[in-house]
Amino acid sequence: MTPVGIAFRLLVLVLMVAFLANPGLFEPLLLPLTRNGAPAIYVQGDLVALTLNHLAIVAMATGAATIIAVGLAMLVSRPSGVEFLPLSRSIVNIGQTFPPVAVLAIAVPLVGFGDRPALIALFLYGLLPIFENALVGLTGVPAAVADAARGMGLTPRQILFRVDLPLALPLILSGVRLSAVIALSTAAIGSTVAAKTLGEVIIAGLLSGNTAFVVQGGLLVAGLAILIDGVFVAAERFAAHRVGALQLRTA
Amino acid sequence: MIEIGHVTRKFGAAVAVDDVTVTAPGGAITALVGTSGSGKTTLLRMINRLIEPTSGTIAIDGVDTRTLKPFELRRRIGYVIQGDGLFPHRSVAGNIGTVPALLGWDRPRIRARVAELMEMFQLDPAVYARRLPHELSGGQRQRVGVARALAAGPRVLLMDEPFGALDPIIRLKAQDDLLALQKRLGTTIVLVTHDMNEALRLGDFIAVMDAGKLLQFATPAEMLVRPATPFVEELIGTGDRPFRLLALAPVSEIVEPGTAGGPPVPATATQYEALASLAWDGRSAAPVAAPDGTIVGIVTVTGLLRHAARPR
Ligand SMILES: Nc1ncnc2c1ncn2[C@@H]1O[C@H](COP(=O)(O)OP(=O)(O)O)[C@@H](O)[C@H]1O
Ligand SMILES: [Mg+2]
Repeated sequence: MTPVGIAFRLLVLVLMVAFLANPGLFEPLLLPLTRNGAPAIYVQGDLVALTLNHLAIVAMATGAATIIAVGLAMLVSRPSGVEFLPLSRSIVNIGQTFPPVAVLAIAVPLVGFGDRPALIALFLYGLLPIFENALVGLTGVPAAVADAARGMGLTPRQILFRVDLPLALPLILSGVRLSAVIALSTAAIGSTVAAKTLGEVIIAGLLSGNTAFVVQGGLLVAGLAILIDGVFVAAERFAAHRVGALQLRTA
Repeated sequence: MIEIGHVTRKFGAAVAVDDVTVTAPGGAITALVGTSGSGKTTLLRMINRLIEPTSGTIAIDGVDTRTLKPFELRRRIGYVIQGDGLFPHRSVAGNIGTVPALLGWDRPRIRARVAELMEMFQLDPAVYARRLPHELSGGQRQRVGVARALAAGPRVLLMDEPFGALDPIIRLKAQDDLLALQKRLGTTIVLVTHDMNEALRLGDFIAVMDAGKLLQFATPAEMLVRPATPFVEELIGTGDRPFRLLALAPVSEIVEPGTAGGPPVPATATQYEALASLAWDGRSAAPVAAPDGTIVGIVTVTGLLRHAARPR
């Protein structure tokens, strides 16, 4: 990350914290976006609570997607699991191609309104990038390294946990980052089925024709995405340095 | 001692190793040489069961390798491959300590062993122990690869073109180091190479393979003098055969009585070096000095050339 990149992300962090701590400070900026004396700051719900719940939903969905997708990739990257590759690929592909809105519509009758349908939609939507990246990482271990590991007397299990997974870590993190960032913006849609996310602010703005609400909801989500992306990029670079593959990415 | 008995390995219909019977003597270097695709790697990897033979038996020091679990067998056998295969995410110390850790040695013992090996391979632990492989030169990585293979003190070391990725000068140094090391430890080494020069230089014995078959097993001198087939002869290259023969024996073997002027030749030098020195000086004879400096006789160009001639 360049110094400019770090400075930019710090600025985003400071602005977000300032806004959440004291939205009133930003009222003069948002007021021009309102009409007919409507309020500039969303007050129907607690913005801090919405932000935290938004993050929690994304973290849970992405966490679950990570466990399942990396687990599947571990399975199909072993000689004994190769036959499950086409099936696994189909499953994660369906998760990706089925629009989250449609998943919400199907999930509500099954699990009811609230956070749960959103969690399901985000989970399914997040599988593919993590799975594909993990698979590339786990199967991309240099032949000489794989050969040495076996020749040295590591058991298949030790090869997976001590060699393949550590070497695949940068790529896995990159997949998780993609999923998390996509989930952050997609989670907003969850509010259409009463999930407690920042989407609530945006939807309230759309329903009442209040652009100030739409803008503050949108900016909060974008800010979260930028920060999460930054955290993962830093983690990836650290992991990549550990495996001596700094040249993998320089973004 | 590694006894390979009637070992065959097929890949589908293709026969990679074809009924090979050979014994690699204990405490010696056996160089396995042949062109690319001749089955050297396959034969080597059957010794530590990275590949299972289709038929035949392999015994190490009298023990059939099939009586051990593959990973247990491999922990007892050092294994070095071209391009080193170091774990990129582990430090030099972590790499060298791999097998001792697998064997459950305690930390102080591993640390002491790693330091000992690093000293042995001229890698200052204070400087290099914490480095990652990508922070080393090619020659250093190669040495770490050999150190790692020797970490748990294996009696057998398998090497598959271990010096293939090194440039010529570092390669010569690495070969010398290996010879010195083998003398010191007495390890049984099987070394795969496609380079007959390397085989002649390193091998106490040479096994030549072609198309999966073992063509000849002999000492370097025997092989130079009596190649078993035209293919072996071609592999050796007939152009400089006399000089290679001279390079295999020390001057001490052909000392003649008499006196000669000029600087002495060490008795431990190879006959090839003696001939080169005499030719360069334009001398026909030189005194021979024992390691303690006493003159033990002379070496003559005539005597050297007689030794370089084809035996009848
Ligand atoms: N895993 C494998 N599957 C199919 N064929 C193989 C395999 N490994 C080696 N072979 C074939 O066996 C022959 C010998 O290969 P190898 O032992 O690697 O030769 P060398 O090490 O002498 O170059 C070659 O023809 C090679 O293509
Ligand atoms: Mg080979």
